Amino acid sequence: MIRSEILREIAPILHDNLVVCNIGLPSQELHMIDDNEKNFYMLGTMGLSSSIGLGLALAQDKTVISIDGDGSVLTNLGTLPTIANNVADNFVLLIIDNGSYGSTGDQPTYAGMKTKLENVATACGCENVVVCQDVDTGKTLQAAIDSKQMTIIVSKCDSGNIKLPVITMDPVVIRDRFMKAVAS
Amino acid sequence: MDISKKIVDDLVANDVSFITTVPCKQLAGVIEEVEARPEIFHIPSNKEDEGMGLCAGAFMGGKRPAIIMQNTAIGVTINTLATLTQYYRMPLPMLISYRGELREPVACQVEMAVHTKALLNQLNIPTYHFHKESDADELDAILKYTFMCNKPVAILTDASFWGGYGDQ
Repeated sequence: MIRSEILREIAPILHDNLVVCNIGLPSQELHMIDDNEKNFYMLGTMGLSSSIGLGLALAQDKTVISIDGDGSVLTNLGTLPTIANNVADNFVLLIIDNGSYGSTGDQPTYAGMKTKLENVATACGCENVVVCQDVDTGKTLQAAIDSKQMTIIVSKCDSGNIKLPVITMDPVVIRDRFMKAVAS
Repeated sequence: MDISKKIVDDLVANDVSFITTVPCKQLAGVIEEVEARPEIFHIPSNKEDEGMGLCAGAFMGGKRPAIIMQNTAIGVTINTLATLTQYYRMPLPMLISYRGELREPVACQVEMAVHTKALLNQLNIPTYHFHKESDADELDAILKYTFMCNKPVAILTDASFWGGYGDQ
């Protein structure tokens, strides 16, 4: 499976939760599959999906799922010790690990070579790190939500993209409707 | 009154309850005070752009955030300030130690000091410079202004403000 196929499969699970979605194609794909006010689309700032999600989870009680990529986590590797040492049990970090920088033309990442992000997360002190195959992402994500324990999921999938348009929604509109959904 | 305590009193009085920090020698006292206050969730970050991501999330979760960092961080965070904090119009008080100003003992700090105000100006970030201790009397108004206009706002605090680096 490629990332967009995973997102399509887990969309019904995401739909009931607050979602912070990574920049570029992941946000464009989620926007196409199930645009709703509980999705926060990142239009810039590669690497900060996990940081925004953790801040949001620490500030309120609803479950927060950050959708991240292996390339983006590598960009902001300092996020993993911060997550490990500031446990928010309403937080799930879903790293869709396709071993490539998808939005920029599928250049290989180090996560697709020697570096294993699950080992990095564990070494940083994250306590619930789960590796799954693409087809099992839905049930793994649901189990993480149900466990009510902060969980890092590394979902291994194939590299590849679909063609779709950029998000043209105004960032303040995305943020405003998201904040209303958070507060509701 | 101890200046670190006064600064954190103003933050608490303005309902700032989520603070991320990247340390600086000059900021040690204020960071210690932030850590000691039960009204504040203190979350150290490893890099300042990461910290701004945490603050963005906390703001959307209903908390008033702030970041405490060195001026060298302006070099690290320009993309985040432009494409996250400003683009989504979020408030962010930035209490910044302004290294490389008068009484600075480390020459390399001057290299970023000479760019600091120019970069903040280029980003249209409202900037206040605390040079004397009495300048901090404006902090309460600066915080109210920040959360009124939903912008990142810089508060540069130099070595003279903090009482220098001791005998040199």
